[in-house]
Amino acid sequence: MSQTESSFAGAQRLGPDSAVSVRGVSKTYGAVEALRNMSLEFPRGQLTSLLGPSGCGKTTLLKIIAGLIPADEGEVEVNGTKIAGPGNDRAFVFQDFALLPWANVLRNVAFGLELRGVAKSEREAVAERYIRNVGLAGFEKSFPHELSGGMRQRVGLARALSVNADVLLLDEPFSAVDEQTRRKFQEDLLALVANENKTFIFVTHSIEEAVYVSDQIAILLARPSRVSEIIRPSSFREKGVENIRRDPEYLDIVDQIWASLRSYVE
Amino acid sequence: MTAFGIRLPAMSSLLIWGLLWEIVGQLDLTFFVPPLSQVFATLFEIIGTPVFVKALTETAYAFVMGVFFAIVIGIPVGILMGKSRIVDELLLPWVNIFVSAPLTALVPVLMVLFGFGLTSIIITTTLFAIWIIILNARAGVRQINRSLVEMARSFGATPLDAFTKIYFWAALPEILGGVRIGVIRAVKGVIIGQLLISIVGFGALFELYASNFLMGHFWAVLIILFALAFSISEFLGYLERKVAYYAAKR
Repeated sequence: MSQTESSFAGAQRLGPDSAVSVRGVSKTYGAVEALRNMSLEFPRGQLTSLLGPSGCGKTTLLKIIAGLIPADEGEVEVNGTKIAGPGNDRAFVFQDFALLPWANVLRNVAFGLELRGVAKSEREAVAERYIRNVGLAGFEKSFPHELSGGMRQRVGLARALSVNADVLLLDEPFSAVDEQTRRKFQEDLLALVANENKTFIFVTHSIEEAVYVSDQIAILLARPSRVSEIIRPSSFREKGVENIRRDPEYLDIVDQIWASLRSYVE
Repeated sequence: MTAFGIRLPAMSSLLIWGLLWEIVGQLDLTFFVPPLSQVFATLFEIIGTPVFVKALTETAYAFVMGVFFAIVIGIPVGILMGKSRIVDELLLPWVNIFVSAPLTALVPVLMVLFGFGLTSIIITTTLFAIWIIILNARAGVRQINRSLVEMARSFGATPLDAFTKIYFWAALPEILGGVRIGVIRAVKGVIIGQLLISIVGFGALFELYASNFLMGHFWAVLIILFALAFSISEFLGYLERKVAYYAAKR
C-alpha cells in the first residue's frame, strides 16, 4: 500500500512526460570519476541519444539505468519507481550482441522470456512474432555464427522487444555492423519508435546517427562526465526517412554538435 | 598420411608396432614380450572367464563412481572458482598442488582414513581425476564473454539461472576437455588404488599375472584396459567436437 502511494506520488512529481529520470547520479571507479552529479530526463515514447567523446561515461550511465552497475550517489526512477537493479520494465541491446552461441535464433530471442519463467510454447510464439518483425523469418533454427553481424543484432533487438519492456536501452547497437546495414537499421529504428509505444535510450558516438534517429540528444562531456547540452530537433522528423539527411536543420545540428565537441577530441 | 606416395590406412603406425612386437616375440628374446598373436589368443581365452568378468565389474564400478564424484564435484567447484575471486584465491593453491602432486604417495594416508575397501579406491580414483577437471572448468569460465553475463542479469537471471544457462554452457568445451583428461587419469587412479589398497579387480589380475610371470595374460589385460580407456576418451573427444562449433565464437 505504502509502495503504491509513494510510486503514485513519484509519478505526480514527475508529470506524465518522463519514463526515466536520472537524478544526481555519481559514479567513481577507484580514482577515476566517471559520472558526477548527473541529472537527465528521458521523455516517454521518445528516443533520447547519449552522445559524447569516448570516456564521457555514456555507456556507464546506460548500465546504471539498466541496473547493471550500482550508482555511488543519486537515483534512477523508471515510471516513477526508484530502481534497485535490473527489472522487467527495461531491456538492453548490447554492442557485441551478447547472443548465446550454443542456442539457435528462436531460443536466443525467447531467452529473456525464458529467464522470466514464461512457458516454452508461449515464449516461442512471442519470439516467432518478433523474429518476423525484425525480418529474420526463416532463420529461427540458425545459430548465431551462421548469421551476419547485422542479422545478429536483429536477433538482439528481437530479444529485447519480445520481453515487452517500456524502456529499451541500446548500447552502440549499430557500431559493429557495416555502413549500409547501419543505415537500414537507423530507418527501422525510426519506424520502431513511431510504432511501438516505448522509450528508447540510445548510446552512440556517431553525431550523424544521433541527429538522424533522436527526438532528443544529450551531449555529454568527459572527466567528469556531465550533460553539456540538450538538443531537440523540431522540424525534420516528419519529413520522411529519405529527406532527413538533406534537411537544413539536420545539417545545422550536426555542424553545431561537432563545433561544440571538436575541442574535446584529442 | 602418405609414405613414398602411397596413402596409408588409418592406424598404420599401430600395425607397424604390432608387427615389430610379433617379431620380437617370435625371436623369443625375453619372457617379458610374448608374441602379440599369443597375447591376443590369451585375451580371447580369458575375456569370458568368471575371474575376468568379476575383475571387470569391480574395476568398472570403482572407476565409474570415482569419475562420477570427480565430475559432479569438480565442475561446480571449477565454475565457482572462475566466477568468484574469493573462492579462487582460497582454493587455487591447493588445486595447483594436487594437480601436480604424486598422488600415489597419498594412498597410504587414504587407507588409514577410509580403510582398505572400495571407498578408498573410489576416493583415489576421484583424486586422480578431479584437479584437471576443476582447472579446466575454471579456465572455461574465466574466458567467458562478460556481456553474456550482463545480458543474463539484465533480463533478470537468478544466480542459479546464470550458473546453469550461461556459465556451464559457455565453459562446456573446456569442461569436456578437462573431463577427457580426467577420465584418462582416473584409469591410472583406479588401478593404482586396486594395487595398493586392496588387491581386487584389474589390479588383482595385474598382481597375479606379473608375480607368476604370465606375461601373455598381463599384456592381454593391459590391452583391454587401454582399449576401454581409449574408447571413453574418443567418445568424449567426439562430444568435444560437437560443441566446437561455438568454442571459437564465444
